Amino acid sequence: MSIVNHMQLEFSGRPQNESFARVVISAFAVQLGPTIEEIADIKTAVSEAVTNAIVHGYEGRGGTVTLRATVDDARLLTVEVEDYGRGIDDLDQAMQPFYTSKPDAERAGMGFAVMQTFMDGLEVQTAPGKGTLVRMCKQFAPEAK
Amino acid sequence: MLQHARQRDTLTVRLNGELDHAAAEGVRRDLDALLADQRVLHLVLDLDGLTFMDSSGIGVLIGRYRTLAGRGGTVSVRGMNPHIARIFQMAGLHRIINKSC
Repeated sequence: MSIVNHMQLEFSGRPQNESFARVVISAFAVQLGPTIEEIADIKTAVSEAVTNAIVHGYEGRGGTVTLRATVDDARLLTVEVEDYGRGIDDLDQAMQPFYTSKPDAERAGMGFAVMQTFMDGLEVQTAPGKGTLVRMCKQFAPEAK
Repeated sequence: MLQHARQRDTLTVRLNGELDHAAAEGVRRDLDALLADQRVLHLVLDLDGLTFMDSSGIGVLIGRYRTLAGRGGTVSVRGMNPHIARIFQMAGLHRIINKSC
């Protein structure tokens, strides 16, 4: 498969940029002719990943978040959200639904579960002290002829 | 983001806009200020004007449920769009929060 379009954006890991990231990914995905439901799925998954970067990766202290997206010729949208923060100590535990390292902050522990449910694929690479890369993909139906 | 009305022991709050992590803190603070009145036992959240919610919203709902359950009250929601309904279902909120009309 070959990439037919890509984008990359860096922004500060500040809460007000969560909605900015959602707007950007929605605008990029429009080229695939998504349904309203598909757009909502992508926006929600990206919102979760960016929130994780801000809340957990940088623990509210800020840092750079990178958002990348590609579309290939098989109409697969791949989205990456990367931070360069503290990383995740125990990834298996972090990916368990309802597990949160911050129960006092009323975090639901549903971030990865939402990403898994709303996208078609999810991979997470993390290194303690170096950061976390979340890669998600969503397959779009062939274009109507 | 938030409009409210109280009738006896029931507080109805209408949420507008987007409920993400950035908005959650303000919503939580405003709801807790309203729920500081111990006469309130039932919270009805009208989500008709909510255009987006992610798991940060789930945290807000569960937190308010705990507050009201602790005083023998309830939380219910109405006006969910299909996307919010899916998140609600996924998180198992239907087991603790009723849907009203």
